[in-house]
Amino acid sequence: MVSFSAVAKRYPGGEEALREVSFSIAAGELAFVTGRSGAGKSTLLKLIPAIERPSAGSVLVNGQNVGALKRTAIPYLRRNLGLVFQDQKLLYDRSVYENVMLPLAFSDHGPREAARRARAALDKVGLLGREKANPIQLSGGEQQRLAIARAVVNRPSLLVADEPTANLDAESAARILEIFVAFNQVGVTVLIATHDQSLVERYGERVLRLADGRLASGATPA
Amino acid sequence: MIAWLRQHRRALAGAIARLAKASGLASAIVIGVALSLPAGGYALLENLRGLAGRLTLEPRLSVFLRPEAKRAETEALGAALRADARIAAARFVPREEALRELKATEGIAEVVAALERNPLPDAFVVSAKDQGAAALDALAADLRRLPAVVHVQADADWARRLAALAGIARLALAFLAALLGFALIAVTFNTIRLQILTRREEIEVSRLIGATDAFIRRPFYYLGLLQGLAGGGVALAIVATGLALLNGEVRVLAESYGSAFRLAFLGPVDAVAVVLLSGLLGWLGAFLSVSRHLR
Repeated sequence: MVSFSAVAKRYPGGEEALREVSFSIAAGELAFVTGRSGAGKSTLLKLIPAIERPSAGSVLVNGQNVGALKRTAIPYLRRNLGLVFQDQKLLYDRSVYENVMLPLAFSDHGPREAARRARAALDKVGLLGREKANPIQLSGGEQQRLAIARAVVNRPSLLVADEPTANLDAESAARILEIFVAFNQVGVTVLIATHDQSLVERYGERVLRLADGRLASGATPA
Repeated sequence: MIAWLRQHRRALAGAIARLAKASGLASAIVIGVALSLPAGGYALLENLRGLAGRLTLEPRLSVFLRPEAKRAETEALGAALRADARIAAARFVPREEALRELKATEGIAEVVAALERNPLPDAFVVSAKDQGAAALDALAADLRRLPAVVHVQADADWARRLAALAGIARLALAFLAALLGFALIAVTFNTIRLQILTRREEIEVSRLIGATDAFIRRPFYYLGLLQGLAGGGVALAIVATGLALLNGEVRVLAESYGSAFRLAFLGPVDAVAVVLLSGLLGWLGAFLSVSRHLR
């Protein structure tokens, strides 16, 4: 599903965010990427939807070398991924429903199917009934669940989440992770970056630990 | 294909909604006001051209005979004119025919009818082969020296001056239209730039979750096009209103000359061309703005 091979990422300023990172995530797997702030977690996740391009090595997603993709092909790659961003990237001038509908605007689904999928996604994250609300009216946990609903509305086979539990209380964080686990249980591959070691340990899933841009452990499944 | 059409329909609907907002309407009005100047000027020129078109622009010379000229003198003059190699045609206009033509002229029929006797002389209307100004002047000077001739008049002089003035006005109008066309592009460019800034977050998120460049750019192209079309419509409305107001005064002036002349609105082809050109320039402004601000 996802394969990193000797991946390095150096930003234009010269900062090296990732060095010689190699690992594979199989289809249907749930894995965490952990490490301190600045360890390279976000950079690693950004390489998967080609938000960033690797400076060296290759990143394969569903067999596609995303580092070599043409600019015009990137949107089609991203449509098959579910992305949950660290800052959620919700639109606060739109309703909850309109936020979830956004990825469906450029999909091939008709209006009825799009509406059905949007309601189903909101139902899965427990936000059905809040369609008309503005995201600003939601709690931090609810906003994060809305971000997940938007990520899964196109039914992606791979879900990538960057610090989805950051700034959440323990109870909300646990609920968010339960949602990811639920998606994984129906076959969705899930890759979550978090710095919360205790949360990771509670689930006992595979952990890729990054330290100073290098993969310190977890390169192969336990 | 259906999905593609659906996306176009959605982009168009979004653009219409944005145009209906106060800022979109204000931009359309600004464009309309700017365009109304060349469009109105064009309408006036077309009216002027229509008026001038009724006048002959072919350089002709009217050769008037002395009122007391004998028939033999007239025939001799006619023979001399036809023998002149510089003359293409010479038509004799008897004084009675000249009076009939004068009576048929709008506005002065009553004045002519009031005359006790025909004051007009017999005349020849002469068309020259060489219609250059110097050749005509030379021919007119020679004709004046012929016996029985009292006056030679270059009929088309003032009509040619009018045509020359109209030509200058047309050129000035083309320059004004080009200038205001650039203004239209600039207005649309700036409107779209502001729209892009306003929707920057949405654009960023859409890109991150799989929107193509075409999907993101499409609503702005539609907005530019619609803004231009609306501006063209506003320009036509301004021109129509302006002509209607002017016609109130034109009617009074024309009737004082016994004429039914009125300023006419642009023809259907010209009116559609104004709207389409405005739409095209609006789209161009949007295209330039999107290319500059949405890389």
